[in-house]
Amino acid sequence: MNSKKTEKIAFFVLFLATLLIILPVGLVVCIIIQKGFPAMTWQFLTDIPRQGMRAGGIFPALVGTIYIVFGAILFALPIGLGAAIYLSEYTKEHFLNRLIKLAIVNLAGVPSVVYGLFGFAFFVIFFKFGASILSGSLTLAIMILPIIITASREALESVPYSFREVSYSLGASKWQTIRHIVLGNAIPGILTGTILGVGRAAGETAPILFTVAAFYLPQLPKTIFDQAMALPYHLYVISTQVPNVDEKIRYGTALVLLILVFFMNLVAIVIRTQFRKKKKW
Amino acid sequence: MVKIKIEVLNIWFDAFQVLKEINLEIYENEILSIIGPSNSGKTTFLRMLNRMNELENGFKMTGRVELDHKNIKMLDAQFLRKKVGMVFALPLPLPLTIFENVAYGARIHGEKNKKNLEKIVEEALKKAYLWEEVKDRLNTSAFKLSGGQQQRLCIARTLAVEPELLLFDEPCSGLDPISTAKVEQAMLELKESYTIVLVTNNVKQAARVGDRTAFFLNGELIEIDKTAKMFTAPLDKRTDDYIRGKFG
Repeated sequence: MNSKKTEKIAFFVLFLATLLIILPVGLVVCIIIQKGFPAMTWQFLTDIPRQGMRAGGIFPALVGTIYIVFGAILFALPIGLGAAIYLSEYTKEHFLNRLIKLAIVNLAGVPSVVYGLFGFAFFVIFFKFGASILSGSLTLAIMILPIIITASREALESVPYSFREVSYSLGASKWQTIRHIVLGNAIPGILTGTILGVGRAAGETAPILFTVAAFYLPQLPKTIFDQAMALPYHLYVISTQVPNVDEKIRYGTALVLLILVFFMNLVAIVIRTQFRKKKKW
Repeated sequence: MVKIKIEVLNIWFDAFQVLKEINLEIYENEILSIIGPSNSGKTTFLRMLNRMNELENGFKMTGRVELDHKNIKMLDAQFLRKKVGMVFALPLPLPLTIFENVAYGARIHGEKNKKNLEKIVEEALKKAYLWEEVKDRLNTSAFKLSGGQQQRLCIARTLAVEPELLLFDEPCSGLDPISTAKVEQAMLELKESYTIVLVTNNVKQAARVGDRTAFFLNGELIEIDKTAKMFTAPLDKRTDDYIRGKFG
C-alpha cells in the first residue's frame, strides 16, 4: 500500500471514531428534547407533583436541586480556593505537598456513591444533621472540591510569575501580591472551574440519595435541616419506582436537568471567552 | 560615602557556586555598571542586593552585605525592597492602568489619600521622563504603551516607593536605540538623588553612563575601577579582552 492510500484509510478511521463520539451525545439530546419538549409548560416548572407524581410539575425538585447546589458552592468555593492558593503560592515542592496533590487527584476518582455513603455516615449520623439540605450540600461540596482546587490552581499558576516578582520587588508581602495582582487575574479561571463543578454536582444522584433527597415531598424546604426533593433522584423515582408515569413527564424532567447543566457549562464558556478577549498579556 | 559594603560574598544555587568571594563597595550617588558575559553571576549579584534570590529554590549565601552599615540579613525583606528598588530586564507592567501601576507600590505601603497618590504618580512619571507622553491617558492599560515607554513606566513605578538604591537589570536589552537613550538619560538624572547599580550586556552602555565599572567573569569579580580607567587601561588582560569583544 502506498502512503496516499494509508493516509485515506487513517483519515477515514479517525473520522469515524470522532463521529462515534458525537452520535450518542446527539442521540441522547435529540431523544430527550423530542420526548420531553411537550411537557415543557410553565405549569410543569412551577407546580408541585400531583397524583402520586403522575401529574403536576417538578417545582420542589427544581428548587431543591438549586438549594443543594448553591449550598455546595458556599462550602466548596472558599475551602477549595483557600487550598489552591496555599498549594500554588505558599508551599514549595516537598513530600507533604506531593502527598496533598496525590490526595486531591484520588479524591476526584472516588465513585460518587462512596461519597454518598461517607456523607451519610459523617454528616447525617455522626454530626446528626439528619437527611437534610445541609448534609447533601456538604457531601456534594466534598465531591466537587477536587474540581475546584484543580481549576483554581491552574488559574493561579497561569498568572505569570514575573507579576509576582515585580510586586515583591516593590516591597509587597506575599498576601498583598496574591490579593492585588494574582487573584484578580485568576478569578475568571476559578469561576469557570467552579461552575463546571456545580454542573457536575447538579446532576449527581448517589450522594444526595444518601443524604438529602426525599422520595416525595410536595412542599418547599423551609430550613437547611429539611429534606428536599432533587431533580436527578426525582427522575430515578418516576422512571423506576412509580408505575404508569406518563413518558413526557419523565423526559420533561430529564430535559430540565439537562438544560440546567448545559446552561451552567455555557456560562463557564462565556466567562472564559470574555476573559481571553480581555487578557492583557 | 559608602552605601553598600560587601565582604566575602559567596552564593550557591544547589551545588553550583554562582558568586565567589566577592568584595566590593558601592558609593552613594554613583552609577556602578556591572559587565561580563552571560552566566557570570551579574544578575544574581544584583538580586542579592534586594534579597530577591531567596525566593528561589536551592539558594544559599555566605558573607556579609551592609546597607548603610546595617547587615541586610537582619533587615525585614519588605523594608529592604522598599529601600532598594529594581527595574527588570524586560518591561514588566502589571496588568493595571498606567496610574495604578505607578500607584501600586505606594498603595501597598499604606498610602490611601487620593491627592497624595496623584502627586506621587505625577512626580515619579516626571522623573522617569514619561509624564508628558502619558498625562492624558493615565487610566488606560499600561500594555498599550510602547516597549520603551513601558520600561520608563517600570522605572517610575520603582521610584514611586521612594527607594534610595536603584538596581537596573539589563534595562535596555529589549529596547531600540532611541528608547535606550531616553532610559540612559533618566539614569544620569537619577544618580543625583539615588545610588544606581546597572547590570548590562552592552559594554558601550557601561562606558556611557557608569561612574565606575566592575567586570565579572565566572562568578568572580575580576576588576573594578573608574569607568574611564577601566576602558583605557584595564589591569587584567581578561577585562581588556572582554571590552574589546574578544570573547563573551
